[in-house]
Formats: sequence, C-alpha cells, structure tokens
Amino acid sequence: MTAHQMLKPGRKTSNTLRVCVHIGALAPLLWLYWAIPQGVLGADPVKELTHFLGIGALRLLLLTLCISPLARALKFGLLVRLRRPLGLWCFVWAALHFSTWLALDLTFEWSLIGEELIKRTYILVGLLALLLLLALAITSIPKLMRSMGKRWKQLHRTIYVIALLVCLHFWWSVKSGWIEPCSYLIIALYLLWLRRDSIMSYVHFKHRPVAHDNGASS
Amino acid sequence: MLLKKSANNRILGSQITPEDVYLNRRSILKSLGIVAATGLSLNSHAGIFDQLLGNDTPSEKAPRKPLAYTPGTLDPGLILTPESKVINHNNFYEFGTNKTDPARNSQHLKTEPWTLTVEGEVEKPGTIDVWELMETAQLEERIYRMRCVEAWSMVIPWLGIELGPLLKKFKPTSRAKYVAFETLYDPEQMPGQKSRYLGGGIDYPYVEGLRIDEAMHPLTTLALGLYGKTLPPQNGAPVRLVVPWKYGFKGIKSIVKIRLVEKQPPVTWNILAPHEYGFYANVNPSVDHPRWSQASERFIGEGGAFSSSRQKTLMFNGYADEVASLYSGLDLRKYF
Repeated sequence: MTAHQMLKPGRKTSNTLRVCVHIGALAPLLWLYWAIPQGVLGADPVKELTHFLGIGALRLLLLTLCISPLARALKFGLLVRLRRPLGLWCFVWAALHFSTWLALDLTFEWSLIGEELIKRTYILVGLLALLLLLALAITSIPKLMRSMGKRWKQLHRTIYVIALLVCLHFWWSVKSGWIEPCSYLIIALYLLWLRRDSIMSYVHFKHRPVAHDNGASS
Repeated sequence: MLLKKSANNRILGSQITPEDVYLNRRSILKSLGIVAATGLSLNSHAGIFDQLLGNDTPSEKAPRKPLAYTPGTLDPGLILTPESKVINHNNFYEFGTNKTDPARNSQHLKTEPWTLTVEGEVEKPGTIDVWELMETAQLEERIYRMRCVEAWSMVIPWLGIELGPLLKKFKPTSRAKYVAFETLYDPEQMPGQKSRYLGGGIDYPYVEGLRIDEAMHPLTTLALGLYGKTLPPQNGAPVRLVVPWKYGFKGIKSIVKIRLVEKQPPVTWNILAPHEYGFYANVNPSVDHPRWSQASERFIGEGGAFSSSRQKTLMFNGYADEVASLYSGLDLRKYF
C-alpha cells in the first residue's frame, strides 16, 4: 500500500519530464521552421542546418543512453519512461539531418547521391546508423514491443553500436580539429562503460549458441 | 575620396541584404529564449545558437574606407554574392573555425600601419607600406568566382592589383622558382593562434605558396578591398591573395611576408592533411576530395536554405582558357 502511494508522485514527475522531452526536442525544430526563411542560418544555411540537425541527433542519442544509469543512480526507476520519447526524437532529428543532405544539399541529384554514398564511407556509416535507428523506431510501437518479447531487448541493444557509428561518422566528417568529435566519443564510451557488464553478458550470450552449433556440427 | 561607381555597382547595391534586416534578426532571436533551455547551445559547432544567445554581440565593426578603382566587368551568367554574405561567411581559422567566427572575433585587428616584406631570391629585397600602396596604386575591380574546397562558391568583386608587376619591382633572381606567403602571427590579436581548439589544430603562422609562373599570371591578384571599400578583417585585411582558379584556401589572408624561393615551400593545409590538400589545389571537378565530391558546388547567392542552388564546378573554376597552359604535361591527379 505504501509502495503504491510512493509510486504516484514518481509517475507524475516522469510524466512531467516526458512533456519536457517533447517540448525540448520539438521547440528547436519549430524555431528552425521560423528561422530558416528569416535567413538566420547565415550565408550557407544548408551546411549549418545539416550540422545543427546532426549534432542535435547525436546529443539526443547520448541523452537516451544517460537515462538508465541516471535512473539507477537516482533510484528513480520510472525515469526509464523517458528513453522511448528521447530515442524516437533522436530518430526524427537524424532523419531530418539525412533529408537535409538529400534534398537541400544534393538537391535529389540521384547520380551524385549514389556516387557520394559509394565513395564517402563516413556517409555510409551515418546511413547505416540511421537505418538501425529506423529499425529501433519501428519496433518501439508498443504492440510490436510486446510480441517481440526477448528479441526486442536484443534488438534494442543495437543502440550501443549506433552510438559508436554516429561518433565515427561525426569524427570522419569534420574538416579539422578533433577535440569536439573526440569529446562526444569519450562521453559515448563512458556511457557504454557504465553498462559493461550487461554488454559483456550480451556478447557472451550471443557467442554461446554459435559455439554450441559448431560443437554439434563437427 | 574619389569613389567611382560602375553600372555594375549600382545594380548590386539593391542585391545586398539591408543591414537593418540583418541586425534585427538578432534581437528577435535573443527574445526567443526557449531554445537555450534545451541545452543544445553549449557547443561551438552550433554557431546559430551562439547568435541566439547573443555571444556574438559584435564589437564595433572595423571601419572600411572607400577606395578609388577602375570598375571591372561581371562575366555574363555570373551573379554577385551579396556583400553581407561575403563578409559574414569566412574561413579564417586565426579567428575561429566557424564561418561566423571571423566576422565576430576579428574586428579589433590592428591593420594600420601594415608592412609587407618581400625577401628571398630577389635582387632588391624590401618592404611595402600597404596603406601607401592603397593610395598610390591604380586599383582594379576584379570580379572573380571563388570556389572553396568545401564545395561552396561565391562571386566576389575584389579590388586590388596584379601581383606579378609588383614582384618584378623587387627583381626576382633566376633562382626564384616559387613564391611563399605568410600571414601575420600575433596570438594576442588572433585567438585561434593562441588556442589549438579555436584554431582548428593548425600550426601557425598560416603559410601558402605558388609556383613563380602562377604568381606572375595576370589573373593572380593582391586584393586590398572588396565591394568598393577596404577589406574587412575577416576577409584578410589589409592585404590578401586571390588566385581565382585555385581553391579558396590558397588565398592567404593578412599577409606580412612574401619570400621568393628556389624549392617548393610548405603550405598549411597540405601540412595538416597531405592526402586531402595538395600544393597546387587547382579547382578540378574530376579530382574529388577524399571525403566529398568536387564535381559540383553550392552557390552562395541571394537565397536561403530552400532556394539553395547546386551548380557544376568548372575546370580551373572557369578560368581554363587563361591558365590551363600553365599545367600542360602535369598529371593533375597526382599534383592535385
């Protein structure tokens, strides 16, 4: 009974935080909607917009990864309810980042787009991360989540790989200066290190059946 | 002071973004506090948010003096990049790596007096008082395409003089095979030279170089102004190089030294990333940058994000008729 009563304010707080996440992730996009026609993005707005959306998506990704350790540290389990909206917003920002490149930078010149994707490995790395994010976004539909059961958790651990891919994509894309991309990578690595046990057990879990199969076939 | 106005210039005036519109956006932005609350503004990469937060409250803009010059011609088919974009979208890492940093951080640069030293393989080494040169030389307006290695481009009305005749006054010797240029080194005035983070990890001073025949080519210009006035600091005041058939980074800014040399001199971007930036750096749509295509470019003109235009990049940036002969027999893929 007392536990139940304790939960209530927690749920309220997490609801409020969820609203904050939505506002926080949406407000800059609404601002862009207003700012772009005003010419606020400077002389080369396409580049600026691409960077802005890309960096934003990366920050949302890292923020998503912060939630579980934070929930544990604060002993506030309901905080994990923020993961889904944050992750989905990360996907939205990443998709807009990619669309900007596609539509405004390369202006849908498909031959050029194809050429760039083949030649620029960092773009391919970014695209791979985006496709993985898409898979996670689609499987975030509650119905799918339930029906996938255990496999859902396995799939969603891909977020760790995505985080590294995105950091690589960023580092590779900058013209000079490593401090900024490096600091993002360090944060990502720290957030992964916090869950090293879970990641290691995941890696072992994945390897064991393989070893078993080998044993059976030989 | 005499300010000759060409027909070109009159038309152009109307294309420039009115200053009040430009300044007004900041006040509107500052009133929009919400984005600041999202925590997305902590980063130096997000230049737009620096503006939002008012971090770029521009110090008093360095005054630009009108210059007398012979008007140039705008090649048919070219559209000038508005002055506000030419002077607010710059790569000048000595003042920060974001495009808007130089305009923000360079206004205090002390450009007067300015001495340019010419030395090395010359019979008469000496110095040039740049402000005296501005008064005495017959300045020409030269409207050139400018192609940045980052695949964007502008069309800019420079004011300046041909480099070749100036160099000849110092009587280059037969051993002068190359010309090396050097930017001012003054960490007190240039925050990018003081901090490796702000300066993009470059070893300063910035150095550039040309082959002697490139330096003597009539298109090669020592620019002292743009859009009818002296250069603003962010564009390389008071004196910079303009080599229109090469990528923009060859156009070294705020030059203090020109040295004629026998061997190919080291150049900054090539030192930093030799596989990405060559000594020649001729604009060449068929030789890609390892990380992006050089076949086309975003032209920076009037429009905003949704009217951005991509155009084909031209061999030698459209100056092939004039300069291709300089490179006959040279493998441009190897010597990129």
